[in-house]
Amino acid sequence: MSTTTIKAKFEDRITGLGEAVLSIGPGFKGFVTDFADAFLFLVLIGRETFSRHFEFREFLNQCFQIGYRSLPLVSITGAIMGLVLTIQSRPVLVDFGAETMLPGMVAVSLIREMGPVITALICAGKIGSGMGAELGSMRVTEQIDAMEVSSTNPVRFLVVTRVLAAILMIPLLTVYADALGIVGSWAGANIKGEVGFTLFMAQAFKPVDFMDLMPAILKTFFFGAVIGIVGCYKGYHAGRGTESVGKAANSAVVLASLLVIIIDMIAVQITDMLSS
Amino acid sequence: MSEETTTAATSTPDTKAKNGPVMLIKDLSKAFGELKVLSGFSAELMQGENLVVLGKSGSGKSVLIKCIVGLLSYDSGSITVMGDEVSALNRKELNVMRQKVGFLFQSGALYDSMTVRENLMFPLTRIRKDLCADEMEAKIKEVLENVGLADAIDKMPSELSGGMRKRISLARTIVVDPDIMLYDEPTTGLDPVTSDEISSLILDVQKKYRTSSIIITHDIKCARKVADRILMINDGKVHLMGTPKEFEESDDELVASFFN
Ligand SMILES: Nc1ncnc2c1ncn2[C@@H]1O[C@H](COP(=O)(O)OP(=O)(O)OP(=O)(O)O)[C@@H](O)[C@H]1O
Ligand SMILES: [Mg+2]
Repeated sequence: MSTTTIKAKFEDRITGLGEAVLSIGPGFKGFVTDFADAFLFLVLIGRETFSRHFEFREFLNQCFQIGYRSLPLVSITGAIMGLVLTIQSRPVLVDFGAETMLPGMVAVSLIREMGPVITALICAGKIGSGMGAELGSMRVTEQIDAMEVSSTNPVRFLVVTRVLAAILMIPLLTVYADALGIVGSWAGANIKGEVGFTLFMAQAFKPVDFMDLMPAILKTFFFGAVIGIVGCYKGYHAGRGTESVGKAANSAVVLASLLVIIIDMIAVQITDMLSS
Repeated sequence: MSEETTTAATSTPDTKAKNGPVMLIKDLSKAFGELKVLSGFSAELMQGENLVVLGKSGSGKSVLIKCIVGLLSYDSGSITVMGDEVSALNRKELNVMRQKVGFLFQSGALYDSMTVRENLMFPLTRIRKDLCADEMEAKIKEVLENVGLADAIDKMPSELSGGMRKRISLARTIVVDPDIMLYDEPTTGLDPVTSDEISSLILDVQKKYRTSSIIITHDIKCARKVADRILMINDGKVHLMGTPKEFEESDDELVASFFN
């Protein structure tokens, strides 16, 4: 390679770096305005949630869309989660001669962590992107404006109903996934050696106590809120072109998944502090 | 609020009787960043008249009527609709005003997730709270009949052709009997026969309810048929305003290029 090309490459690097540094300025400004937008959006949702006119029919419709329509996906993931967890941890437990602890261990890890987080992540993918795309395309095709000129508050009609439906349905879906996970685990235990269903269930639920159940369920409400709010926010604030619909859906999934993980981390810290 | 809704809906004869302007626009300016779309635009809409707005693509016609209903905020100037300054209205007052103003979107803006019936039901249940369920149903049938799509009532918007969607969204706009209608290109993308029917429909609406309308169009045939007055917008201002006859006879270059 000649020195000139190396020099040119080097200069490229330098200008690239310079541009990157310069872009932090507007990037930061963008971040601040985004943050302000998001805050305003939260205030709006809060205000409209407690207004007298609640769009009950749309809320029920969304519960159906979010809850019922996610059942197949959540069923499959839940069952496979339990099955895989069992098959994977069995050899270790057998080595320690603690095979009887298998159901309990799987149940606890499902209920405490795997069930809520995996369900939330799956739903962030399915529901978050769905909301981002749906509201995004409604924004782009002026359907949100059309609601506004029909003197309907689009935040009340579209956003509040979806967020509340997500807050209600994600916990239910999680409990359902947990249950199927334990059934899946029983199936996994039956691959090697036979275990009766009732015996397995008794063993599974023996070590599960209130402190496992409560925080785990509690945090799913927050997961639901985050998925609903992020999905709606991204869609509601989509730009003007059709390409912004895809962007809205995509960034809704990314941000919602990230926030689910962060909330989970905080929740684990809090439960840990409370239980010790 | 409900009291005002009923007055808006039944539109008592005495508010409709006087022939003054229902809308006044003064020195309106609107820019998007560097792009100045409207600057110093002034016009008025009289009670019961059809005002046709002509102008090149991108001249700010859609922006103008979006400012009127408060979908876009304007930078300076004033818009008064039935005596109220639009920019001074709070959310509640804006909603009351919007109940009296029908808005046909250029893109149609039908609700994708709802059937045609639900699309028409949406504004009806929110604006015409004075009607009972049967009356609403009858009203929906009537307007669908008027736009020639009575059999599309249970279809989804995705099952309709472009022109059918346009007509359904026109039906959705007139179903609530607004006092002021803002049509954004009602006949674009329609065949000549249907275009003519839509033009007749616009005249019918005007006659039947004494509606005052702004009709944005590129369709000169439609303009000739429905216009009481025509307004040409250029460079963000009123280029020319006058009767259809004055426009036909005008030797202005821009006007001539539209009328030939
Ligand atoms: N929300 C917006 N943000 C930024 N620019 C906009 C916005 N709405 C409109 N514009 C710009 O304003 C100008 C006028 O747009 P407008 O839609 O009013 O044109 P129009 O006269 O209706 O044209 P057409 O006949 O093609 O519909 C265009 O240059 C458009 O790019
Ligand atoms: Mg336009």
